[in-house]
Amino acid sequence: MNEELRNIWTQFFNWVMGNGPRPENEVIPPEPPPALPFSQKPTDKFSRFHEATLKERYTQWLELHGLHLFSVIYSGLSVLTCIVIVSLLLATVAELPPFGHERNPANNEVIRRYVQHGGRETGAQNIVAGLILDYRAFDTFGESAVLFTAAVSVLMILGASRRNSLKDSQNPHTDPEGRNFSQRGPPVIRHHLLRKDDAILQGVASLSIPVILMMGCVVVINGHLSPGGGFSGGAILSTALILAANAFGFERVHNFFNERTFIVSSSTALMIYALSKGYSFFTGANHLHSIIPKGTIGDILSAGLILPLNICVGLIVAGTLYGFYALFSEGDM
Amino acid sequence: MLTIEWLLLLFLIVCAVAVSISKNLLNSVIIFMSYSLVMAVIWVLLRSPDLAITEAAVGAGVTSVLFFLALRRIGQMGHKDEEEK
Repeated sequence: MNEELRNIWTQFFNWVMGNGPRPENEVIPPEPPPALPFSQKPTDKFSRFHEATLKERYTQWLELHGLHLFSVIYSGLSVLTCIVIVSLLLATVAELPPFGHERNPANNEVIRRYVQHGGRETGAQNIVAGLILDYRAFDTFGESAVLFTAAVSVLMILGASRRNSLKDSQNPHTDPEGRNFSQRGPPVIRHHLLRKDDAILQGVASLSIPVILMMGCVVVINGHLSPGGGFSGGAILSTALILAANAFGFERVHNFFNERTFIVSSSTALMIYALSKGYSFFTGANHLHSIIPKGTIGDILSAGLILPLNICVGLIVAGTLYGFYALFSEGDM
Repeated sequence: MLTIEWLLLLFLIVCAVAVSISKNLLNSVIIFMSYSLVMAVIWVLLRSPDLAITEAAVGAGVTSVLFFLALRRIGQMGHKDEEEK
């Protein structure tokens, strides 16, 4: 029994440390010749074993300059700084008010107002949705705009380099020495590593993608009734798109969701959001009463503007997150 | 219920430590996924289902996918990719 436990622990430890058992049909490459100092391969930069070489270089540097006292002081000071910062942080945490206590500073009259009158004033059953899309809708507008701006920046940078390389490959021009300047910017690697004929992946994807899409739509549309809302529902929708792209290839997704669809849907959603909520920036939000009826609390068509705003945020988030994946993976949407 | 919470919190700490000491980056990302999943369950127990849905979708889903993508681009996904290059 004890032996088995130790065996399992050794296996788990090996797995965590990354030296698990190798498959039998693996071809073990021949030992590379011993590398000269300072001539590490460039790929080593990304793995964590680089830390060992850094330490080696540090010790070499110390021996070269004879700075042993410096190294002792340096280690002592770093340990001291670490201890001071950790104890300061722990002391601060110990001074924090207890979790969930009713006399906490966070439980002030604002939260009381939201809990008592939130349902009546916003018409939303889900108080969180009423909070972020009615009381603080302008904050959420900023967040959506930030997401959209990030996606558009990535699209500009990665898309521009790809377009340039496409244009240059059609009429390549060389300099007098014969070198080709067709690659402007970082080369975009088109990964065709994704196997388009994976039966298991495609079967599972075709079964689960409709379910995920339905789940995302329910979370978005019921945002004012149940937990969830635009952001989480949009993230769920984007995972369905990413799964579709992985299982069936980017070309299939490109048929119904491409750069143009993304730009049109996201900017339309942002414009609707800005038009419906931007007015409070000019008029002052407090004494302005919405003309849109609140409806009965608990109905789908209730809570005024929260439902369309949720759909807007969901569209932006779904497009942006899928766009990140597609752009970083393919360099194109 | 309290026992489950303590177990989940313990698992959370173990995951957080294992992410940083794991030498294999792929293992790190997978442990990070499980961290997000446990965190989502803890959000439910703390009575904030909104955050739980977001954590499960963004933390365990989209972030991990982007991490996998980054690993593939720097060639740390494993031996299979390097053969096909």
